[in-house]
Amino acid sequence: MLYFIEQCLNGIQLGMLLFMLAAGLTLIFGIMDLVNLAHGSLYMLGAYFAATFAAWTDSFVLGAMLALAATALVGMALEVVAIRRLYGRNHLDHVLGTFGLLLFFNELVRLIWGPAGLTLSLPSEMLSAVQILPGLYYPLYRLVIIAVTLAVALLLYFVIMRTRLGMLIRAGASNREMVGALGINIKLLYTLVFGLGAALAGFAGLMQAPILTVQIGMGENILIAAFVVVTIGGIGSIRGAFVASLLVGLADTIGRTFVPDLLHAFLTESASSSLGRALSSMMIYVVMALVLIVRPEGLFPATSK
Amino acid sequence: MSSPPRTCPAKAGTARVVRPRFVINAGLVLILALIPVYVAATSDAFALTLFTRVIILALAALSLNLIMGFGGMVSFGHAAYLGIGGYAVGILAKEGIGSGFVQWPVAIAASAFYALVVGALSLRTRGVYFIMITLAFAQMIYYVAIGLDRYGGDDGLTIYRRSTFGGLVDLNNKAMFYYLCLAVLLASIYLVWCIVNSRFGMVIQGARSNERRMRAIGFPTLRYRLVCFVIAGAMCGLAGALLANHTNFISPAMMHWTRSGDLIVMAVLGGMQAMFGPLFGAVTYLLLEEGLSRVTEFPNLILGPVLLLVAIAFHGGIDGLIAGVRRG
Repeated sequence: MLYFIEQCLNGIQLGMLLFMLAAGLTLIFGIMDLVNLAHGSLYMLGAYFAATFAAWTDSFVLGAMLALAATALVGMALEVVAIRRLYGRNHLDHVLGTFGLLLFFNELVRLIWGPAGLTLSLPSEMLSAVQILPGLYYPLYRLVIIAVTLAVALLLYFVIMRTRLGMLIRAGASNREMVGALGINIKLLYTLVFGLGAALAGFAGLMQAPILTVQIGMGENILIAAFVVVTIGGIGSIRGAFVASLLVGLADTIGRTFVPDLLHAFLTESASSSLGRALSSMMIYVVMALVLIVRPEGLFPATSK
Repeated sequence: MSSPPRTCPAKAGTARVVRPRFVINAGLVLILALIPVYVAATSDAFALTLFTRVIILALAALSLNLIMGFGGMVSFGHAAYLGIGGYAVGILAKEGIGSGFVQWPVAIAASAFYALVVGALSLRTRGVYFIMITLAFAQMIYYVAIGLDRYGGDDGLTIYRRSTFGGLVDLNNKAMFYYLCLAVLLASIYLVWCIVNSRFGMVIQGARSNERRMRAIGFPTLRYRLVCFVIAGAMCGLAGALLANHTNFISPAMMHWTRSGDLIVMAVLGGMQAMFGPLFGAVTYLLLEEGLSRVTEFPNLILGPVLLLVAIAFHGGIDGLIAGVRRG
């Protein structure tokens, strides 16, 4: 039972990180109608920036904040230079263009930081484990990730639902021409939204960096998971992305933990471990396929078109 | 741009005008046909390996173009069929069945069957949802391949013997294998041309531009699209069987989602809705990649922005440029 709770916490932690990526993706999808394959590159950049700045400043928190700002800046610059020219084109042009960006960023990182990965070490006080239930110790840093990402999610909700900027973002999602006609600088709004998405992706990257190695291509697999989240949640829906993130995070973690054991009851040791590994990696895609077969527009389809 | 050039073909309907596109396509095929001659003359064996790869991937891109360019179904999981075809050959070879008469039909049948399942489940969705669900199914197969411990798992599997055809063709002869691939590609281009210009192809293209109208006329468009999807899957499975024979190696990396991205790039780069578009796309993309990696250590630093530029600036890819030559 304790093991199950621990795995659920891991699932929630993964889900919250996915939400950071998926929120940006779904905003960009919903508002600019852009398929952005380069979103994972911003995640990667966030992690590399954090590792570099933390080494310079000797402080994890300071490094993280600098990295966040740097990723947002890169995102906005990217929007102004390239992404802006892809709006209003068909999805294939988006795929082609942002696939090119993905290749470019992977290579750029290799040029700047070299082919070997980096590590970002945590401050020592973060390394401990806390007892959250009698007999259940959980790494403090993972709890911090859950708490901080939850706070960011709440902040995002507040910004989008309660501020003027958020109102403009929502208005831009439902009818961009009308917002433009009412005298809002839609270009600037789009740049800001892209920067926000980039910052969220970079944030996910830098929070994940101490747990995984910071390496080239780290954004590619998680990008696909984030796409799965966005698709399950319904493109353009932040609420859908939130629910789907937790669903996908839990399905993935619990699948990885319990499917091999479950199979072991029926199969031999080696068969169940290899089949189990395959099945559990497939879990989130199975969930997605099931959701789309029942609801082809995702769980929370955005009502506006 | 202006109307006079466009009316020309209609006026000159009876006289056979040799169009630039035909000349360029024929020129490319001629050059490709002469590659082994060039290789024999210069003993630059690498060129043959490179161009065999180009032709096999052009076949895969051609099959993608059938559903994406003509059918409007943007599949972001097309590398899965490449992998299934390859694994069919690899697994059969490992189990001691070396005959191509068994391996290749199995490769085609397996990928056709998988396309049938994927298509039946995903063709109900539209737009970005279709892109994403095809991607998801490809990722599933990718992880299945990683789980196949007996066949190398993550590390992949070496194929020690290429498919045998009872002395009919010897795939170990590199030039012969090259010509076989080229012949398969040209036959497939012809097949796609026949499909596109048949009644079936008209329905598919009609469903791309206005599916509701096609249904109103009385065509069960879903069934037509599904058949088209399966044909494309089977064709790509054949490309996978060729690729496994070419590299003598299969691994899950064949079906990583970035490989599906590569195939999309080739199809779009060449110009969709053009018969020879995927071939031009594959030649351009792979030669550019190869050329750049000889000049610089960081080829994608240039290749990436080139793709971005193509996406921003060109409509209709290379074929659009050729068509522009005709008009201008």
